[in-house]
Amino acid sequence: MAAPLLRLTGINKSFGPIDVLHDISLEVNRGEVLCLLGDNGAGKSTLIKILSGVHRPTSGTMEMDGRSVAFDSPRDASDHGIATVHQFGGTFPLMSIGRSFFVGAEPTRRWGPLTIYDRKRANEIAVTEMRQLGITRIDDGDRLVGGLSGGERQALAIARAVHFGASVLILDEPTAALGVKEAAHVLRIVLQARRKGIAVIFITHNVVHALTVGDHFAVLIRGAKAADFRKGEKSREAITDLMAGGEQMAELEAEIESFSAADDGHAPRGASHA
Amino acid sequence: MTSQAHHQSAMAATAPPPQHSSMPSIGSLVRRPEVGSLIGMIAVLVFFSIFGGANFMSAGGAASWLNVASELGIIALPIGLLMIAGHLDLSVGSMVPASSMTIAILSGHYGLPIIVGILAALGLGLAVGFINGVLVIRTKVPSFVVTLATLFALAGLTLGLSVILSGSTSVALKSGPTAKLLFGDYLGGKFEVTLFWWIAAILIVGFILNFSRFGNWILAMGGDAVSARNAGIPTDRVTIALFMSSGLCAAFVGMSQAILYNSAQVAAGQSFIFNSIIAVVIGGVLLTGGYGSVVGIVLGTLTFAIVNQGIFYTGFDANWASLIIGVLLLAAVLMNNTFRTMALTYAPRAKSRAR
Repeated sequence: MAAPLLRLTGINKSFGPIDVLHDISLEVNRGEVLCLLGDNGAGKSTLIKILSGVHRPTSGTMEMDGRSVAFDSPRDASDHGIATVHQFGGTFPLMSIGRSFFVGAEPTRRWGPLTIYDRKRANEIAVTEMRQLGITRIDDGDRLVGGLSGGERQALAIARAVHFGASVLILDEPTAALGVKEAAHVLRIVLQARRKGIAVIFITHNVVHALTVGDHFAVLIRGAKAADFRKGEKSREAITDLMAGGEQMAELEAEIESFSAADDGHAPRGASHA
Repeated sequence: MTSQAHHQSAMAATAPPPQHSSMPSIGSLVRRPEVGSLIGMIAVLVFFSIFGGANFMSAGGAASWLNVASELGIIALPIGLLMIAGHLDLSVGSMVPASSMTIAILSGHYGLPIIVGILAALGLGLAVGFINGVLVIRTKVPSFVVTLATLFALAGLTLGLSVILSGSTSVALKSGPTAKLLFGDYLGGKFEVTLFWWIAAILIVGFILNFSRFGNWILAMGGDAVSARNAGIPTDRVTIALFMSSGLCAAFVGMSQAILYNSAQVAAGQSFIFNSIIAVVIGGVLLTGGYGSVVGIVLGTLTFAIVNQGIFYTGFDANWASLIIGVLLLAAVLMNNTFRTMALTYAPRAKSRAR
């Protein structure tokens, strides 16, 4: 079997005396969605920052297509085909859709002796790429990004990454700030990206969303990989328990249930004085 | 070629977006964020036309506020670009007199050719801008503080060196007819030639912001500096270039003022600090960066100049001008916020299509 598109081996990261990541090994293949699950503070963001070239690992190796790589900067990572989309899209709310789409890579055309920004082409491509991801409401690339909904901004950022030829798409909590419908739309876009052969790394703490799109799952707990399994190998409850750190979640649920039973769905009276 | 091909295939894959007619509808005009500044300017123009009488609208009256607008405007344009990119430059307040004194001491006191004084003054502007830019990048201290420091440092340097070199805080300058014609003359006895330099600056800055890649970088930097850097924009170089342009423009105004008035004073120019910021903010540029337009900056500059000069044509005490400008500034910002919000609310054309 060919080497995975992206493979991390024994990645450690410490900031001074604080160890943030211990011995993380992961792989992701083309056309596969790897879900990275973990509670707040589990080290997900640090891992993303290593993947996207913001931080360098203290030790451990990264390989793409079997070749060892090290990223000096976010720009370097994106030159290797790694695109990162952040929770709020990483877009510019007061810029037009066309301008935001092509930021840093603006198309130009000749105008007499001058080279000018090709607004028309930028707008057309941006709108077309968004339409391909099912955002049909947008028909004017001159509109400001701030007028888009959260899901549409995610779609814009993903469309941008796809257009510029990303082979690995890192989505950092793309559904966390979205409503149910919008989140479903973003999940559909994730599957579309997967179908194009892109390797998607989907960071979330929403187990339902992860199970909907994921092929492969990794759970991070306090900077270490606590579990690594494929689709269908674990139930939703088992994953939730893992993320929350084992049995505590079940205990908490039982506790909540007993409150509901005893106090008719209200918090126990006098609890705040206890 | 490849991007062209990619574009073609992308266009073929889905239906092209519907084409819009070239005539903007009233709805989309109202949603242009410059509308606020336009309404503001028309309001003050009407106000002073009524209370200022015939003199205000005469050529002489128009010249008085256009002259103020052109000097302020040349500085407000690069300040506007800096503000769009998320920075401020207060040092222009010292740059104007520093440049005036440079040309007056070199070409007036020492009698060197005027071109030497002009180049030295403009070179000083570029140098101070470069220092501002490098300090902002290297120290990560907000540009407000950095340029506040250079404002004072440069003022002290100008005063100290002027007294040492010329023994005075005011130096006379006699310039030849060519320099006079280019930088310090009145057309028809009324309109300063800086008006043409302002128009040239408007065209250049307008081109940069709207039609060049650099303009897109400026907008992106002000919107989100980290994302802009990650997208591959050379943010450090852009920052330095912007500070150098504001230094250059302030130096230009100082230089042309010295030629116009045939002398230079150490203490002139402090009013440009706040006046340029006021003009830019009235023009709808977001103080925190990420948004602004050249049309807005020009309208804001005109509005400021009309109030500043129009008051003399009314029967009111000129002391009230600052009160009007203060109220106007607040009103303009609130109005600009409203129009920006309207620009952000996306209303698709096809109303039948449910959200």
